[in-house]
Amino acid sequence: MSDTFQLDGASIPFKAGQTVMQAALAGGHYIPHLCYHPEFKPHGSCKVCTVKVNGRTAASCTMPAEAGLSVESNIEEMNGLRRTLVQMLFAEGNHFCPSCEKSGNCTLQALGYDLEVHTAGFRHMYPDRPLDASHPDILLDFNRCILCELCVRASSEVDGKNVFSLAGRGIAKHLIVNAKSGLLKDTNIALTDKAMQVCPVGVILQKRIGFSVPIGERRYDQRPISAQALDDAPRQADASGSCTACEGTP
Amino acid sequence: MSKKLRVATTSLAGCFGCHMSLLDIDERLLALLELVEFDRSPITDIKHCSPCDIGLIEGGICNAENVHVLHEFRKNCKILIAIGSCAVTGGLPAQRNHLDLGACLTEVYLTEPGLAHGHIPNDPELPLPLDKVHPLHEVVKIDYFIPGCPPSGDAIWKFLTDLIAGKTPVLGHGLIKYD
Repeated sequence: MSDTFQLDGASIPFKAGQTVMQAALAGGHYIPHLCYHPEFKPHGSCKVCTVKVNGRTAASCTMPAEAGLSVESNIEEMNGLRRTLVQMLFAEGNHFCPSCEKSGNCTLQALGYDLEVHTAGFRHMYPDRPLDASHPDILLDFNRCILCELCVRASSEVDGKNVFSLAGRGIAKHLIVNAKSGLLKDTNIALTDKAMQVCPVGVILQKRIGFSVPIGERRYDQRPISAQALDDAPRQADASGSCTACEGTP
Repeated sequence: MSKKLRVATTSLAGCFGCHMSLLDIDERLLALLELVEFDRSPITDIKHCSPCDIGLIEGGICNAENVHVLHEFRKNCKILIAIGSCAVTGGLPAQRNHLDLGACLTEVYLTEPGLAHGHIPNDPELPLPLDKVHPLHEVVKIDYFIPGCPPSGDAIWKFLTDLIAGKTPVLGHGLIKYD
Protein backbone atom coordinates (compact mmCIF):
# COMPACT_ATOMS: atom_id res chain seq x y z
CA MET A 1 0.00 0.00 0.00
CA SER A 2 1.41 3.37 -0.96
CA ASP A 3 1.66 6.25 1.47
CA THR A 4 -1.02 8.89 1.52
CA PHE A 5 -1.61 12.40 2.81
CA GLN A 6 -4.83 14.34 3.28
CA LEU A 7 -5.78 17.15 0.85
CA ASP A 8 -8.98 19.02 1.72
CA GLY A 9 -10.28 15.84 3.31
CA ALA A 10 -9.36 13.51 0.42
CA SER A 11 -6.74 10.80 0.69
CA ILE A 12 -3.93 11.37 -1.84
CA PRO A 13 -1.49 8.56 -2.62
CA PHE A 14 2.08 9.50 -3.53
CA LYS A 15 5.35 7.97 -4.60
CA ALA A 16 8.65 8.73 -2.88
CA GLY A 17 10.16 11.94 -4.22
CA GLN A 18 6.87 13.47 -5.35
CA THR A 19 5.88 16.92 -4.20
CA VAL A 20 2.44 17.73 -2.81
CA MET A 21 1.57 19.38 -6.17
CA GLN A 22 2.70 16.40 -8.28
CA ALA A 23 0.80 13.91 -6.16
CA ALA A 24 -2.31 16.09 -6.06
CA LEU A 25 -2.43 16.56 -9.85
CA ALA A 26 -1.70 12.88 -10.46
CA GLY A 27 -4.55 12.05 -8.09
CA GLY A 28 -6.97 14.31 -9.93
CA HIS A 29 -6.93 17.24 -7.53
CA TYR A 30 -6.27 20.75 -8.79
CA ILE A 31 -4.15 23.20 -6.81
CA PRO A 32 -3.99 26.63 -8.52
CA HIS A 33 -0.50 27.39 -9.84
CA LEU A 34 1.37 29.70 -12.22
CA CYS A 35 5.13 29.08 -12.31
CA TYR A 36 4.85 25.31 -11.86
CA HIS A 37 5.16 23.19 -15.00
CA PRO A 38 5.33 19.39 -14.93
CA GLU A 39 8.32 19.18 -17.23
CA PHE A 40 10.59 21.45 -15.24
CA LYS A 41 12.15 21.52 -11.83
CA PRO A 42 9.79 23.35 -9.45
CA HIS A 43 10.63 27.00 -9.03
CA GLY A 44 8.49 27.96 -6.04
CA SER A 45 8.51 31.66 -6.85
CA CYS A 46 4.95 32.72 -7.66
CA LYS A 47 3.50 31.27 -4.44
CA VAL A 48 0.06 30.91 -6.04
CA CYS A 49 0.14 27.20 -5.13
CA THR A 50 0.59 27.98 -1.44
CA VAL A 51 -1.32 25.56 0.78
CA LYS A 52 -1.61 25.04 4.52
CA VAL A 53 0.41 22.01 5.57
CA ASN A 54 -0.22 20.96 9.16
CA GLY A 55 -1.34 24.53 9.84
CA ARG A 56 1.68 26.27 8.26
CA THR A 57 1.82 27.76 4.77
CA ALA A 58 4.08 26.18 2.13
CA ALA A 59 4.42 26.23 -1.67
CA SER A 60 2.89 22.90 -2.73
CA CYS A 61 5.09 22.70 -5.84
CA THR A 62 8.26 22.44 -3.73
CA MET A 63 6.87 20.79 -0.59
CA PRO A 64 7.83 17.09 -0.52
CA ALA A 65 4.86 14.80 0.06
CA GLU A 66 4.99 12.94 3.35
CA ALA A 67 2.71 10.33 4.84
CA GLY A 68 0.07 11.75 7.13
CA LEU A 69 0.37 15.41 6.10
CA SER A 70 -2.80 17.45 6.50
CA VAL A 71 -2.99 19.80 3.50
CA GLU A 72 -5.64 22.50 3.06
CA SER A 73 -5.86 24.16 -0.35
CA ASN A 74 -9.40 25.07 -1.39
CA ILE A 75 -10.18 27.19 1.66
CA GLU A 76 -11.05 30.88 1.73
CA GLU A 77 -7.85 31.80 3.56
CA MET A 78 -5.64 30.32 0.79
CA ASN A 79 -7.87 31.48 -2.06
CA GLY A 80 -7.83 34.99 -0.60
CA LEU A 81 -4.04 34.90 -0.54
CA ARG A 82 -3.96 33.66 -4.15
CA ARG A 83 -6.36 36.42 -5.16
CA THR A 84 -4.03 39.03 -3.66
CA LEU A 85 -0.98 37.52 -5.42
CA VAL A 86 -2.79 37.58 -8.77
CA GLN A 87 -3.91 41.18 -8.13
CA MET A 88 -0.32 42.22 -7.36
CA LEU A 89 0.88 40.67 -10.63
CA PHE A 90 -1.81 42.56 -12.56
CA ALA A 91 -0.87 45.85 -10.86
CA GLU A 92 2.89 45.35 -11.36
CA GLY A 93 2.95 44.80 -15.13
CA ASN A 94 1.01 46.26 -18.04
CA HIS A 95 -1.73 43.67 -18.47
CA PHE A 96 -4.17 45.18 -20.95
CA CYS A 97 -6.18 42.08 -21.82
CA PRO A 98 -8.35 43.75 -24.51
CA SER A 99 -5.27 44.38 -26.65
CA CYS A 100 -3.37 41.16 -25.84
CA GLU A 101 -3.39 38.39 -28.39
CA LYS A 102 -2.87 35.80 -25.63
CA SER A 103 -6.24 36.70 -24.09
CA GLY A 104 -8.25 33.53 -23.58
CA ASN A 105 -5.11 31.39 -23.55
CA CYS A 106 -3.45 33.20 -20.66
CA THR A 107 -2.91 31.38 -17.37
CA LEU A 108 -2.77 34.58 -15.31
CA GLN A 109 -6.06 35.78 -16.78
CA ALA A 110 -7.67 32.36 -16.32
CA LEU A 111 -6.60 32.29 -12.68
CA GLY A 112 -8.07 35.77 -12.24
CA TYR A 113 -11.35 34.53 -13.68
CA ASP A 114 -11.38 31.44 -11.48
CA LEU A 115 -10.63 33.41 -8.32
CA GLU A 116 -13.29 36.06 -9.25
CA VAL A 117 -10.68 38.83 -9.31
CA HIS A 118 -12.67 41.86 -10.48
CA THR A 119 -9.96 44.47 -9.89
CA ALA A 120 -6.22 44.66 -9.27
CA GLY A 121 -7.11 46.65 -6.16
CA PHE A 122 -3.63 48.12 -5.83
CA ARG A 123 -2.22 51.20 -7.52
CA HIS A 124 -1.15 50.19 -11.04
CA MET A 125 2.56 50.72 -11.66
CA TYR A 126 2.42 51.12 -15.45
CA PRO A 127 6.12 50.31 -15.97
CA ASP A 128 7.94 51.35 -19.12
CA ARG A 129 8.99 48.13 -20.85
CA PRO A 130 9.78 48.50 -24.57
CA LEU A 131 8.99 45.62 -26.93
CA ASP A 132 11.58 43.58 -28.79
CA ALA A 133 10.23 43.05 -32.32
CA SER A 134 13.69 42.53 -33.82
CA HIS A 135 13.25 38.83 -34.61
CA PRO A 136 11.50 38.10 -37.94
CA ASP A 137 9.19 35.45 -36.46
CA ILE A 138 8.94 36.18 -32.74
CA LEU A 139 7.72 39.17 -30.73
CA LEU A 140 8.71 39.80 -27.12
CA ASP A 141 6.27 41.94 -25.13
CA PHE A 142 7.94 42.38 -21.75
CA ASN A 143 4.94 44.36 -20.42
CA ARG A 144 3.25 41.12 -19.44
CA CYS A 145 6.18 39.25 -17.89
CA ILE A 146 5.44 37.75 -14.46
CA LEU A 147 9.02 36.47 -13.93
CA CYS A 148 7.98 32.79 -13.71
CA GLU A 149 11.26 31.83 -15.42
CA LEU A 150 9.57 29.08 -17.46
CA CYS A 151 11.19 30.38 -20.67
CA VAL A 152 14.54 30.59 -18.90
CA ARG A 153 14.19 27.01 -17.68
CA ALA A 154 12.89 25.70 -21.04
CA SER A 155 15.64 27.37 -23.03
CA SER A 156 18.47 26.16 -20.84
CA GLU A 157 17.17 22.74 -19.70
CA VAL A 158 15.41 21.54 -22.88
CA ASP A 159 16.65 23.63 -25.80
CA GLY A 160 20.22 23.89 -24.48
CA LYS A 161 20.37 27.48 -25.74
CA ASN A 162 20.12 29.73 -22.71
CA VAL A 163 18.35 32.49 -24.65
CA PHE A 164 16.65 34.11 -21.64
CA SER A 165 17.70 35.24 -18.17
CA LEU A 166 16.38 37.28 -15.30
CA ALA A 167 18.48 40.32 -14.40
CA GLY A 168 18.26 42.85 -11.58
CA ARG A 169 16.92 42.31 -8.09
CA GLY A 170 13.71 43.05 -6.23
CA ILE A 171 11.38 45.42 -8.03
CA ALA A 172 14.08 46.00 -10.70
CA LYS A 173 14.09 42.31 -11.68
CA HIS A 174 13.29 41.81 -15.35
CA LEU A 175 13.57 39.37 -18.22
CA ILE A 176 16.51 39.85 -20.58
CA VAL A 177 17.76 38.24 -23.77
CA ASN A 178 21.22 36.71 -23.62
CA ALA A 179 22.81 38.47 -26.59
CA LYS A 180 25.45 41.16 -26.72
CA SER A 181 22.94 43.50 -28.35
CA GLY A 182 20.18 42.36 -25.95
CA LEU A 183 17.99 41.69 -29.00
CA LEU A 184 16.24 38.43 -29.82
CA LYS A 185 17.35 38.56 -33.46
CA ASP A 186 20.93 38.01 -32.30
CA THR A 187 20.13 34.68 -30.59
CA ASN A 188 19.65 31.21 -32.07
CA ILE A 189 16.06 30.84 -30.79
CA ALA A 190 13.77 28.92 -33.17
CA LEU A 191 9.99 28.60 -33.44
CA THR A 192 10.31 24.90 -32.59
CA ASP A 193 12.01 25.60 -29.27
CA LYS A 194 10.39 24.58 -25.99
CA ALA A 195 10.87 28.17 -24.82
CA MET A 196 8.33 29.20 -27.45
CA GLN A 197 5.63 27.01 -25.89
CA VAL A 198 5.79 27.64 -22.18
CA CYS A 199 5.06 31.33 -21.60
CA PRO A 200 1.90 31.37 -19.42
CA VAL A 201 1.18 35.00 -20.37
CA GLY A 202 1.61 37.03 -23.56
CA VAL A 203 5.36 37.76 -23.58
CA ILE A 204 6.78 35.31 -26.13
CA LEU A 205 4.56 35.41 -29.19
CA GLN A 206 4.88 33.89 -32.64
CA LYS A 207 4.24 36.61 -35.18
CA ARG A 208 1.36 36.48 -37.69
CA ILE A 209 -0.75 33.83 -35.89
CA GLY A 210 -2.15 35.98 -33.08
CA PHE A 211 -5.80 35.73 -33.95
CA SER A 212 -5.87 32.46 -35.92
CA VAL A 213 -8.10 31.18 -33.13
CA PRO A 214 -10.79 33.82 -32.49
CA ILE A 215 -11.45 35.34 -29.08
CA GLY A 216 -14.26 33.33 -27.53
CA GLU A 217 -12.98 29.98 -28.86
CA ARG A 218 -9.79 29.79 -26.87
CA ARG A 219 -8.63 27.39 -24.18
CA TYR A 220 -10.06 29.16 -21.14
CA ASP A 221 -13.12 30.48 -22.95
CA GLN A 222 -14.41 26.91 -23.01
CA ARG A 223 -13.90 25.83 -19.43
CA PRO A 224 -12.30 27.38 -16.34
CA ILE A 225 -8.67 26.59 -15.64
CA SER A 226 -9.61 24.58 -12.56
CA ALA A 227 -11.59 22.19 -14.77
CA GLN A 228 -8.76 21.80 -17.29
CA ALA A 229 -5.58 21.30 -15.28
CA LEU A 230 -6.69 17.77 -14.52
CA ASP A 231 -6.84 16.96 -18.25
CA ASP A 232 -3.11 17.46 -18.19
CA ALA A 233 -2.44 15.27 -15.16
CA PRO A 234 -0.03 13.64 -14.73
CA ARG A 235 1.02 16.28 -17.19
CA GLN A 236 3.80 14.67 -19.14
CA ALA A 237 4.65 15.08 -22.80
CA ASP A 238 2.98 12.49 -25.06
CA ALA A 239 4.75 10.42 -27.70
CA SER A 240 4.56 13.21 -30.27
CA GLY A 241 6.45 15.45 -27.90
CA SER A 242 3.61 17.93 -27.53
CA CYS A 243 2.53 18.81 -24.05
CA THR A 244 -1.09 19.48 -23.19
CA ALA A 245 0.11 21.61 -20.30
CA CYS A 246 1.63 24.16 -22.66
CA GLU A 247 -1.22 26.63 -22.67
CA GLY A 248 -2.00 28.31 -25.94
CA THR A 249 0.37 26.19 -27.98
CA PRO A 250 -0.83 26.19 -31.58
CA MET B 1 -44.75 48.47 -4.51
CA SER B 2 -41.47 49.59 -2.96
CA LYS B 3 -39.76 52.73 -4.17
CA LYS B 4 -37.60 52.31 -7.27
CA LEU B 5 -33.83 52.53 -6.90
CA ARG B 6 -32.24 55.58 -8.50
CA VAL B 7 -29.35 54.80 -10.86
CA ALA B 8 -26.91 57.28 -12.41
CA THR B 9 -24.46 56.40 -15.19
CA THR B 10 -21.70 58.24 -17.01
CA SER B 11 -18.72 57.69 -19.27
CA LEU B 12 -15.41 59.36 -18.37
CA ALA B 13 -12.28 58.36 -20.33
CA GLY B 14 -14.26 55.61 -22.04
CA CYS B 15 -15.79 54.96 -25.45
CA PHE B 16 -19.45 54.45 -24.42
CA GLY B 17 -18.99 50.77 -25.31
CA CYS B 18 -20.05 49.78 -21.79
CA HIS B 19 -23.21 51.86 -22.16
CA MET B 20 -23.87 50.09 -25.48
CA SER B 21 -23.42 46.81 -23.59
CA LEU B 22 -25.95 47.99 -20.98
CA LEU B 23 -28.39 48.48 -23.88
CA ASP B 24 -27.50 44.95 -24.99
CA ILE B 25 -29.62 43.57 -22.15
CA ASP B 26 -32.32 44.22 -24.77
CA GLU B 27 -35.90 43.58 -23.60
CA ARG B 28 -34.62 43.06 -20.06
CA LEU B 29 -34.31 46.86 -20.00
CA LEU B 30 -38.08 46.88 -19.43
CA ALA B 31 -37.70 44.55 -16.46
CA LEU B 32 -34.86 46.74 -15.18
CA LEU B 33 -37.05 49.83 -15.46
CA GLU B 34 -39.57 48.14 -13.16
CA LEU B 35 -36.84 48.12 -10.50
CA VAL B 36 -34.89 51.33 -11.13
CA GLU B 37 -35.25 54.81 -12.51
CA PHE B 38 -32.40 56.64 -14.17
CA ASP B 39 -30.97 59.86 -12.77
CA ARG B 40 -27.97 61.51 -14.47
CA SER B 41 -27.19 59.35 -17.52
CA PRO B 42 -26.77 59.64 -21.29
CA ILE B 43 -30.13 57.83 -21.37
CA THR B 44 -31.94 60.74 -19.64
CA ASP B 45 -29.60 63.58 -20.59
CA ILE B 46 -29.83 64.86 -16.98
CA LYS B 47 -26.61 66.85 -16.50
CA HIS B 48 -26.00 66.53 -12.75
CA CYS B 49 -26.48 63.84 -10.13
CA SER B 50 -29.05 64.01 -7.37
CA PRO B 51 -28.83 61.49 -4.51
CA CYS B 52 -28.83 57.97 -5.99
CA ASP B 53 -28.64 54.39 -4.82
CA ILE B 54 -26.30 53.11 -7.55
CA GLY B 55 -23.76 54.88 -9.75
CA LEU B 56 -22.27 53.12 -12.78
CA ILE B 57 -19.12 54.68 -14.19
CA GLU B 58 -17.46 53.67 -17.42
CA GLY B 59 -13.97 54.92 -18.36
CA GLY B 60 -10.94 55.92 -16.33
CA ILE B 61 -9.73 59.33 -15.24
CA CYS B 62 -7.70 61.18 -17.88
CA ASN B 63 -8.51 64.87 -17.28
CA ALA B 64 -9.59 67.39 -14.66
CA GLU B 65 -13.28 67.22 -15.61
CA ASN B 66 -13.28 63.44 -15.10
CA VAL B 67 -12.11 64.03 -11.52
CA HIS B 68 -14.96 66.50 -10.83
CA VAL B 69 -17.61 64.17 -12.29
CA LEU B 70 -16.22 61.20 -10.34
CA HIS B 71 -16.40 63.19 -7.09
CA GLU B 72 -19.98 64.25 -7.91
CA PHE B 73 -20.93 60.59 -8.37
CA ARG B 74 -19.15 59.49 -5.18
CA LYS B 75 -20.86 62.23 -3.21
CA ASN B 76 -24.33 61.30 -4.48
CA CYS B 77 -24.24 57.51 -4.93
CA LYS B 78 -24.56 55.06 -2.07
CA ILE B 79 -22.96 52.33 -4.19
CA LEU B 80 -20.44 53.21 -6.86
CA ILE B 81 -19.56 50.64 -9.52
CA ALA B 82 -16.61 50.80 -11.93
CA ILE B 83 -17.75 49.19 -15.16
CA GLY B 84 -15.39 48.04 -17.91
CA SER B 85 -11.64 47.73 -18.34
CA CYS B 86 -10.97 51.48 -18.49
CA ALA B 87 -12.74 52.21 -15.20
CA VAL B 88 -11.16 49.15 -13.57
CA THR B 89 -7.57 49.28 -14.90
CA GLY B 90 -7.26 52.54 -16.87
CA GLY B 91 -7.66 50.43 -20.00
CA LEU B 92 -6.61 51.50 -23.45
CA PRO B 93 -6.13 55.22 -22.58
CA ALA B 94 -3.71 54.18 -19.81
CA GLN B 95 -1.40 52.72 -22.44
CA ARG B 96 0.02 56.23 -22.69
CA ASN B 97 1.08 56.13 -19.02
CA HIS B 98 4.69 55.14 -19.65
CA LEU B 99 5.07 58.08 -22.08
CA ASP B 100 5.60 61.76 -21.33
CA LEU B 101 2.32 63.65 -21.86
CA GLY B 102 4.05 66.61 -23.53
CA ALA B 103 5.83 64.27 -25.94
CA CYS B 104 2.49 62.58 -26.75
CA LEU B 105 0.74 65.88 -27.51
CA THR B 106 3.71 67.11 -29.55
CA GLU B 107 3.76 63.98 -31.67
CA VAL B 108 0.00 63.89 -32.23
CA TYR B 109 -0.54 67.60 -32.97
CA LEU B 110 2.83 68.95 -34.16
CA THR B 111 5.35 66.51 -35.56
CA GLU B 112 3.11 63.83 -37.11
CA PRO B 113 3.45 64.03 -40.93
CA GLY B 114 0.63 66.03 -42.57
CA LEU B 115 0.21 68.48 -39.69
CA ALA B 116 1.87 71.49 -41.32
CA HIS B 117 -0.09 74.05 -39.29
CA GLY B 118 -0.98 71.91 -36.31
CA HIS B 119 -1.06 73.22 -32.76
CA ILE B 120 -1.79 71.68 -29.39
CA PRO B 121 -5.46 72.47 -28.55
CA ASN B 122 -5.60 75.14 -25.84
CA ASP B 123 -9.22 76.31 -25.81
CA PRO B 124 -10.06 77.28 -22.19
CA GLU B 125 -13.21 75.12 -22.38
CA LEU B 126 -11.12 71.98 -22.86
CA PRO B 127 -10.41 70.18 -19.58
CA LEU B 128 -6.70 69.84 -18.87
CA PRO B 129 -5.34 66.32 -19.35
CA LEU B 130 -3.71 64.59 -16.38
CA ASP B 131 -0.14 63.40 -16.75
CA LYS B 132 -1.33 59.82 -16.17
CA VAL B 133 -4.62 57.99 -16.75
CA HIS B 134 -5.96 56.44 -13.54
CA PRO B 135 -8.50 53.71 -12.80
CA LEU B 136 -11.36 54.97 -10.61
CA HIS B 137 -10.30 53.23 -7.41
CA GLU B 138 -7.09 55.27 -7.33
CA VAL B 139 -9.16 58.46 -6.92
CA VAL B 140 -12.27 57.57 -4.85
CA LYS B 141 -13.54 54.50 -3.03
CA ILE B 142 -15.23 52.11 -5.45
CA ASP B 143 -17.64 49.53 -4.07
CA TYR B 144 -17.82 47.07 -6.96
CA PHE B 145 -16.02 46.34 -10.23
CA ILE B 146 -17.40 44.76 -13.42
CA PRO B 147 -14.41 43.95 -15.66
CA GLY B 148 -14.59 43.47 -19.43
CA CYS B 149 -14.05 45.43 -22.63
CA PRO B 150 -16.96 45.76 -22.56
CA PRO B 151 -18.59 43.43 -20.04
CA SER B 152 -21.37 41.58 -21.86
CA GLY B 153 -25.01 42.56 -21.46
CA ASP B 154 -25.48 39.25 -19.65
CA ALA B 155 -22.67 40.09 -17.20
CA ILE B 156 -24.15 43.53 -16.48
CA TRP B 157 -27.61 42.03 -16.05
CA LYS B 158 -26.34 39.30 -13.69
CA PHE B 159 -24.36 41.82 -11.66
CA LEU B 160 -27.16 44.37 -11.33
CA THR B 161 -29.91 41.86 -10.57
CA ASP B 162 -27.72 40.20 -7.90
CA LEU B 163 -27.02 43.59 -6.38
CA ILE B 164 -30.65 44.77 -6.51
CA ALA B 165 -31.73 41.46 -4.95
CA GLY B 166 -29.38 42.18 -2.04
CA LYS B 167 -26.90 39.42 -2.91
CA THR B 168 -23.11 39.75 -3.30
CA PRO B 169 -22.73 39.93 -7.09
CA VAL B 170 -20.87 36.96 -8.58
CA LEU B 171 -20.11 36.72 -12.31
CA GLY B 172 -18.66 33.21 -12.68
CA HIS B 173 -17.11 31.50 -15.70
CA GLY B 174 -18.19 32.89 -19.07
CA LEU B 175 -19.40 36.21 -17.62
CA ILE B 176 -16.15 37.35 -15.98
CA LYS B 177 -13.95 38.59 -18.83
CA TYR B 178 -11.08 41.02 -18.95
CA ASP B 179 -11.12 41.37 -22.74
